[in-house]
Amino acid sequence: MTDKPTTTDQSAPVTELLDEPIEKARHPFMEAWDMFRRNQAALVALIILVLIIIAAIIGPSLYGRDPFEMVWAPFTPPGQNPDFILGTDYLGRDLLAMIISGARVSIIIGLAAAFVSVFIGVTIGALAGYYRGWVEEALMRFTEFFQVLPTLLFSMVIVALFGASLPMITFAIGIVSWTAVARITRAEFLRIRELEYVTASRASGARDFKLIFGVILPNALPPIIVQSALMVGSAILFEAGLSFLGLTDPNVVSWGQIIGSNRTYFLDASFTVTLPGVAIFVTILCISLVGDGLNDALNPKLRSR
Amino acid sequence: MTEPLLKVQNLRVELTTRNGTAPVIDDVSFELHAGENLSFVGESGCGKSMTALAIMGLLPEGIGRITAGSIMFDGQELTELSQERLRRIRGNDISMIFQEPMTSLNPVYTIGEQIVEVLLAHQSISRADAWAEAATLLDAVRIPKARERLKDYPFQLSGGQRQRVMIAIALACKPKVLIADEPTTALDVTVQAQIFDLLRDLRQETGTSIILITHDMGAVAEMAERMIVMYAGRIAEIGAVDDIIGTPRHPYTKGLISCVPHVLAHVTDEKQPLTEVPGIVPSLREFGKDQCLFASRCQHRTQQCLTARPQSVNFDGAQSADCWHAGTL
Repeated sequence: MTDKPTTTDQSAPVTELLDEPIEKARHPFMEAWDMFRRNQAALVALIILVLIIIAAIIGPSLYGRDPFEMVWAPFTPPGQNPDFILGTDYLGRDLLAMIISGARVSIIIGLAAAFVSVFIGVTIGALAGYYRGWVEEALMRFTEFFQVLPTLLFSMVIVALFGASLPMITFAIGIVSWTAVARITRAEFLRIRELEYVTASRASGARDFKLIFGVILPNALPPIIVQSALMVGSAILFEAGLSFLGLTDPNVVSWGQIIGSNRTYFLDASFTVTLPGVAIFVTILCISLVGDGLNDALNPKLRSR
Repeated sequence: MTEPLLKVQNLRVELTTRNGTAPVIDDVSFELHAGENLSFVGESGCGKSMTALAIMGLLPEGIGRITAGSIMFDGQELTELSQERLRRIRGNDISMIFQEPMTSLNPVYTIGEQIVEVLLAHQSISRADAWAEAATLLDAVRIPKARERLKDYPFQLSGGQRQRVMIAIALACKPKVLIADEPTTALDVTVQAQIFDLLRDLRQETGTSIILITHDMGAVAEMAERMIVMYAGRIAEIGAVDDIIGTPRHPYTKGLISCVPHVLAHVTDEKQPLTEVPGIVPSLREFGKDQCLFASRCQHRTQQCLTARPQSVNFDGAQSADCWHAGTL
């Protein structure tokens, strides 16, 4: 074995450099997705949430039954008639059809109201945190004013005054819930504006607008995203609360409205109230869990767990 | 001699502190010529970085402001320019690199995007041209596979590479002046040497004047033609690097030089004990007093040092030192 001539001379110098591939570091989004995946509750919640959203988008046309049509005897309990799996409400309308089309309204209002409040909150928080001084003083007093308003009452006043249309309800919910976003955004801006890369950007001649929205805001996003996700949940709850009180667009079905209109029959036919209630509960729970997962994914301080 | 590119005269910058205002830069004057390398040395808190920020118009808002003096740059009085005009000069005519390469790049953008951003902000070129230019710049700061690395995020680069990217960004618009605020303090020694080599080569290629702020006497000796020793917001000594290192006139400069082992090592073979400058930089409250601020730490102090601010004493050449005893020491 040993005296067999070896084909390669071990002492010969290696002339060509080993062409090692540059280690491909992973994109931050992939990193975040990995962290998110580790939170199994959040993953399950995300799947359920996606199913709910799909149901909300294509459900009504797929199921095909008008939620306003009286189709069967009122108060038919679930499971009694295979045509109406979830039974009928006090007017004999199909509860499943109502819950499916209610999902659409609830989710649209949840997303749109969260968008409104994030838009207002980020703008105010960013300006306050970036400019400091009297701008901050004025904007934060303004924020505190909105913070101490009784939210439900204030949004009821808006809806009652300007009419219960979907855009107005969305606006009413958004206008009372942006303060948390504003405060988070301001706090992040106060922290980030002092960091070196902001000074470096300034030193390379970036405009204020660019510094606020191009440099600082992208770095402030993680906690804002988490807060926005939770905001969708609370907006859905808020809408349910408003429509329970009857402050809702009468031309559309929403979960809160189903509960509200059936509440007088709760003792006789509790399923008419509990079923849409379960829908709200599951949706909010899923949104909260997803928000929790996002927090894990985006907050580097929790990474080490 | 031609008109200097940057001429700072009697600059005074005051910081507002809890105890009132303190002049962190007190009557500082110097000139920077085109293509020249000027170094600022001194301990932390001596006003070196403040001078740089004052030139950039980036003094901490609401806290620091220029109260007297002028900064003439290329025929314009920087202290009187509007914010918008200053913004156009920043990054274009005067740019700056910072101490902490690890945190000086925006973590959410690729380095290519950050270089292109500066190019688009100051020059009227197309996006495609800007990307090509960015690749050239990365190549110029000797980052291998520049075109591929443009798509990297800062966290994928080492500290030295990030500082190179910072230099690329700073030089993107071919500025007339580059201010390097302790560009190598956070880097390890081999990388420091590479960065200094790079800066020196780039200066030769582009003709950019460099203001180098540093603690590192060795770097000054290698890089700069002229140097300014700052102490407590005032200029202690100014002059050609060779003159000052050869014959320091100010006791503080002497102290600083004797603190550096390798400057002396090649002068004499016998091992001298490494000295230190006793004491610390006076607190901001002391700044601006009509006395020699170094007196408390100086072994040559006399009554005169404690009662009046020293005048600048000129020596042959352009060397001058602000010390009552500069001539006799």
